Amino acid sequence: MKLRQLALAASLTAAAVTGALSSTAAFAQAKEQFFPVLVYRTGAYAPNGVPFANGYVDYLKLTNARGGINGVKVSYEECETGYATDRGVECYERLKGKNGGATVFQPLSTGITFALTEKAPGDKIPLITAGYGRSESADGMVFKWNFPLSGTYWVAADTLIQHIAKKEGGYDKLKGKKIALVYHDSPFGKEPIPLLQERAAMHGFQLSLLPVTHPGVEQKATWLQIRQNRPDYVLNWGWGVMNSTALKEAQATGYPREKMYGVWWAGAEPDVKDVGQGAKGYNAIMMQHGAEPNAAVVKEVLEKVHAKGQGTGPKEEVGQVLYMRGLQAAMFAVEGARAAQERYGKGKWVTGEQARWGYENLNLTQAKLDALGFKGVMRPISTSCQDHMGASWARVHTWDGAKFVWSSDWYQADEQIIKPMVKNAADKYAAEKKLTRRGGADCQS
Amino acid sequence: MFYRENGQFKTTYAADQQIFAIAQDRWAILALIAFAFIGVPMLADEYLFRAIFIPFLILALAAVGVNILVGYCGQISLGSGAFMAVGAYAAYNTFVRIEGMPLLLALLSGGFFATLVGIFFGIPSLRVKGLYLAVATLAAQFFCDWAFLRIGWFTHGNPSGSVSVSNLQVFGLPVESPLQKYLFCLALLVLFALLAKNLVRSAIGREWMAIRDMDVAAAVIGIRPMYAKLSAFAVSSFIIGVAGALWGFVHLGAWEPAAFSVDRSFQLLFMVIIGGLGSIMGSFFGAAFIVVLPIVLNQLLPALGSLVGVEISTAAISHTEFMVFGALIVWFLIVEPHGLAKLWSIGKQKLRLWPFPH
Repeated sequence: MKLRQLALAASLTAAAVTGALSSTAAFAQAKEQFFPVLVYRTGAYAPNGVPFANGYVDYLKLTNARGGINGVKVSYEECETGYATDRGVECYERLKGKNGGATVFQPLSTGITFALTEKAPGDKIPLITAGYGRSESADGMVFKWNFPLSGTYWVAADTLIQHIAKKEGGYDKLKGKKIALVYHDSPFGKEPIPLLQERAAMHGFQLSLLPVTHPGVEQKATWLQIRQNRPDYVLNWGWGVMNSTALKEAQATGYPREKMYGVWWAGAEPDVKDVGQGAKGYNAIMMQHGAEPNAAVVKEVLEKVHAKGQGTGPKEEVGQVLYMRGLQAAMFAVEGARAAQERYGKGKWVTGEQARWGYENLNLTQAKLDALGFKGVMRPISTSCQDHMGASWARVHTWDGAKFVWSSDWYQADEQIIKPMVKNAADKYAAEKKLTRRGGADCQS
Repeated sequence: MFYRENGQFKTTYAADQQIFAIAQDRWAILALIAFAFIGVPMLADEYLFRAIFIPFLILALAAVGVNILVGYCGQISLGSGAFMAVGAYAAYNTFVRIEGMPLLLALLSGGFFATLVGIFFGIPSLRVKGLYLAVATLAAQFFCDWAFLRIGWFTHGNPSGSVSVSNLQVFGLPVESPLQKYLFCLALLVLFALLAKNLVRSAIGREWMAIRDMDVAAAVIGIRPMYAKLSAFAVSSFIIGVAGALWGFVHLGAWEPAAFSVDRSFQLLFMVIIGGLGSIMGSFFGAAFIVVLPIVLNQLLPALGSLVGVEISTAAISHTEFMVFGALIVWFLIVEPHGLAKLWSIGKQKLRLWPFPH
């Protein structure tokens, strides 16, 4: 009896769901540019994942408020990955074919990026990994579908060393210095190591590697080592709860926060606000933008989205570091589709494959950025077939106890060092995968 | 009425000892396998294959392996994730380091190395039992996490520690499209499940069960505990290793040790507990429950919300998913502590009497 009721209930809900699903499919008849949004609003990385997701979605809403991409409205759907690779893959499979097909995916997790890198070429959907993912994917001749726009971890590590050298008064002063890398023990945290090793060999500083296991709340042993070794600088390659824990441990150990430098994922308000004054002096390299409460685009979001009660997340967080990162990532996604429209027909819906051309030929000049409201937020960026990154500028900001303030000039990553490394790593990947480098003809297509 | 074995006489030993002794069972299983091989490919779309069926098949295979160790031999293990990782990384290494290595052989070598590691970490089971053994096998988990994160050789010197494979083919046939991957996993699963089913009905399977039920008594009647326990570890970790290799090669394509974290071990253990300890069938139920249900819930909630005109936020969906899933686990364990497989056998029992239960 019970079983029968259960079966009845199950079949009823199944019927209801198919009904609901088919009705949502019917709504999406008008061709809208579909942007899937992989988010993590729960789990250990949620404090940092939420503002990013809010910024991303708000920008898509703003795009619609501005009249779409040359008139083509955008649609989006969120899918919760919880930063787990298998759930991320499931989300990708779920969303890639929806609403006519996904324009682009931005997984916001290095692990998911690795898995999707293997799947995206087959599905002909580009991946934007702005400021994360595989560093060698900047080589567009091998990684046709990956776009680490405006920065990779090698750029971050390189510019950080440049900044430290400047502080010390020249590269020759780095000799014999001790630099410790406290990193999240995952592909994300390990990415900068080859570059730092290269730089360590060049300048003669001593690099010590201190891994922290996921999720990063247990760092007592790491900081005990730091207390013993007293490195001159600590680089913090953390994400989520790991960052605030590192700052608390630094405070407990008495390690000067002024000597600590975070990657651009370890320098946002959720990382420092619990520590407050204790984090004063903490620095982080920034992928161009920082906290930008006064940017024109932020005001526009507040006015056109939040004022109408359509904002995602709290109003106070609009313009914070990770919110801006999300906003910027969505801007890349939208502008790439716009660039693709220039070629494949203005005001027309573009496929993922066509959008890929847009990302490869993205040219965001200062004038375009100003028009989009990104004046002062970031510098111009232009990608090409060879260079899928487009820009390698960064600057450092410092927490003054209440807010982040800029504390350095612009740095550009050293091409001389990064280019050969990218090429070698990409060639190695191509050899493993038995891929050939794209020829000139493929670049035209 | 339909499900009764009256009149099915066994006249040979072979007929008496076959896996499915009741004709209806035999036909039902055959029909199920035929449906899985022929019907599902015609009905399912790419999303179902890639996101539901392939993970389900692979984790069901792993659950079969865990069930042999935990369900049949009674050795609680929290190292299943580690054995999966060993399988995946060993298969990866043989695949990329040996030129022209066939995929199938690479997968089996993953199973072979997982067997070695499984036997090694099974040695403590000769001295410690129950929960203490669970803690001892946890060491395997942490050791493997450590080894695959730290020792660059295992990841072929890849600086980020993430490895990937492509160009998979078996006997010249590519394993690239979702359908091919599905059929490949299904074939392996059917093969291993039937092998496991046969194994647990054999002498060695009965030895495992004797050890599980009371090891002292088993030793007294002449079963060697060392042989029985270590063979259970070996067989179980072989199957888990192959499942791990499939998870990396076929499902993810690129993976890092986090894909086989301690969470995976717990997940596999819960699968066999919820599905039914000591039941091959139960492994399938458990895998379906743990793999498919969260995804279904995750998609059901927004659809239900839209029916009543409420938009549920992503975070709320995720939280609700956890709550409903947790509640269902508790509910099933209260209603049927012996797992979903027991519900299944009760169902069969009832079917036998139906429609005249008295």
